[in-house]
Amino acid sequence: MTTLYTSDHEWLRIEGDVATIGITDYAQSQLGDVVFVELPKVGRSLKKAEAAAVVESVKAASDVYAPITGEVVEVNDALAAEPALVNSDAGGKAWFFKLKIADKGELGGLMDEAAYAAHTA
Amino acid sequence: MLAHETSPLKQTPLHALHLARGAKMVPFAGYDMPVQYAAGVLKEHLHTRKEAGLFDVSHMGQLALKAKSGKVADAALALEKLVPQDIVGVAPGRQRYAQFTNNDGGLLDDLMVANFGDHLFLVVNAACKAEDEAHLRANLSDACEIVSLADRALIALQGPKAESALAKLCADVGSMKFMDAGPRRVGDVDCFVSRSGYTGEDGFEISVPADKAEALVTALLDNPDVLPIGLGARDSLRLEAGLCLYGHDIDTTTTPVEGALEWSVQKVRRSGGARAGGFPGADKILVQFADGAARRRVGLKPDGRAPVREGAALFADAGSTEQIGKVTSGGFGPSLNAPVAMGYLPTALSAVGTTVFAEVRGQRLPLKVAATPFVPNTYKR
Repeated sequence: MTTLYTSDHEWLRIEGDVATIGITDYAQSQLGDVVFVELPKVGRSLKKAEAAAVVESVKAASDVYAPITGEVVEVNDALAAEPALVNSDAGGKAWFFKLKIADKGELGGLMDEAAYAAHTA
Repeated sequence: MLAHETSPLKQTPLHALHLARGAKMVPFAGYDMPVQYAAGVLKEHLHTRKEAGLFDVSHMGQLALKAKSGKVADAALALEKLVPQDIVGVAPGRQRYAQFTNNDGGLLDDLMVANFGDHLFLVVNAACKAEDEAHLRANLSDACEIVSLADRALIALQGPKAESALAKLCADVGSMKFMDAGPRRVGDVDCFVSRSGYTGEDGFEISVPADKAEALVTALLDNPDVLPIGLGARDSLRLEAGLCLYGHDIDTTTTPVEGALEWSVQKVRRSGGARAGGFPGADKILVQFADGAARRRVGLKPDGRAPVREGAALFADAGSTEQIGKVTSGGFGPSLNAPVAMGYLPTALSAVGTTVFAEVRGQRLPLKVAATPFVPNTYKR
């Protein structure tokens, strides 16, 4: 299992041909208290860099972009009931959606943990 | 919020204190202001409603209006040329909400006017303060001296524990009622204190000489009931309280009637009153008092959980292509634990309970027109 990161502060956990995607702890700390999350529909095909989800704090709405191309195979319905999970467990229970990876070649452009740590330092 | 200024940001006398207390700073109306502290907007909001919150609002404009005759009534009569409110009727030691109108009946700014016995004390919005001062000088200089009180800070102490917190420094505040205002000794400093605010909670605004501001705020924050609160929570608190944000919910294109601010225009200034009219745009505004206006500001409660934010277009139903209105403020109300908004709708569709639809990210979300304030206010009347 590999965890990769984007410069837009999303994380991807790669298991076989499925990527689980969420936002990083750094991202949630910048957003503040999350009060609403809108997730893509299962079955939707997302292109890399397409707006896929929305996360809203008290003050503002932010887009979450698809870090890679793929089809949405599962979404985390727990976030609708408890958006604050994004603040308490961004890297774990607060995953957003799972994508069936269309092109594993796209993973090559993403950061590993050390590179992401340097990016947010 | 306004964040388009490119000139160097100004600082309030409390800037160093904000930084020392871990504030996240943002540009607002030309000032570097705290949008939140470490607690975050949600906790700051809830703390203000449950305990007490302290806000730096020193960016706002403070002005003294002094009649050349020396009589405060002459300053009041002069100011009535620029606002549709009864200023003559503001008793010494009292304060009133007012608006500067333009010739089209629109609003140049909203403000607070207090009668300090020998002169009037005005608090105006930060983004408008230069224009407001120029407006006063251009129109009232014959009768009045206009003094900019730029050497004073302004802080707001809001919430159910505001009175007990301020009483430690000013024994007199317990006897003040909502909208009482005047000079008070706070600790060993000569301040102007009003029992008012912008949160819907009981509380006070305290004008303090700039060089005494940090010591006063530090003394208030020594009380564990009091937390510093940023502009983020100030906005969510005022939105839940149904209070207008100038430049968003009201502006030069909205009249007091369209803005649902009829309550703020006393009968003496309306048609048939002893001092009816006589302010810019009176003809248009007084006609609207008689006949109504085509559109009206309303409270809006989204049916779902998604916040509907400023700028969202409003429609009569889920499918129509004709936009009927617009959201002017919207977000999440932490005390309601639900999204809240306000905006303008055709008056025919402005009744409480009417369902309309907002377009958000390509979807039509239902909202209901709702009474304001969304959260009951707790003023000490």
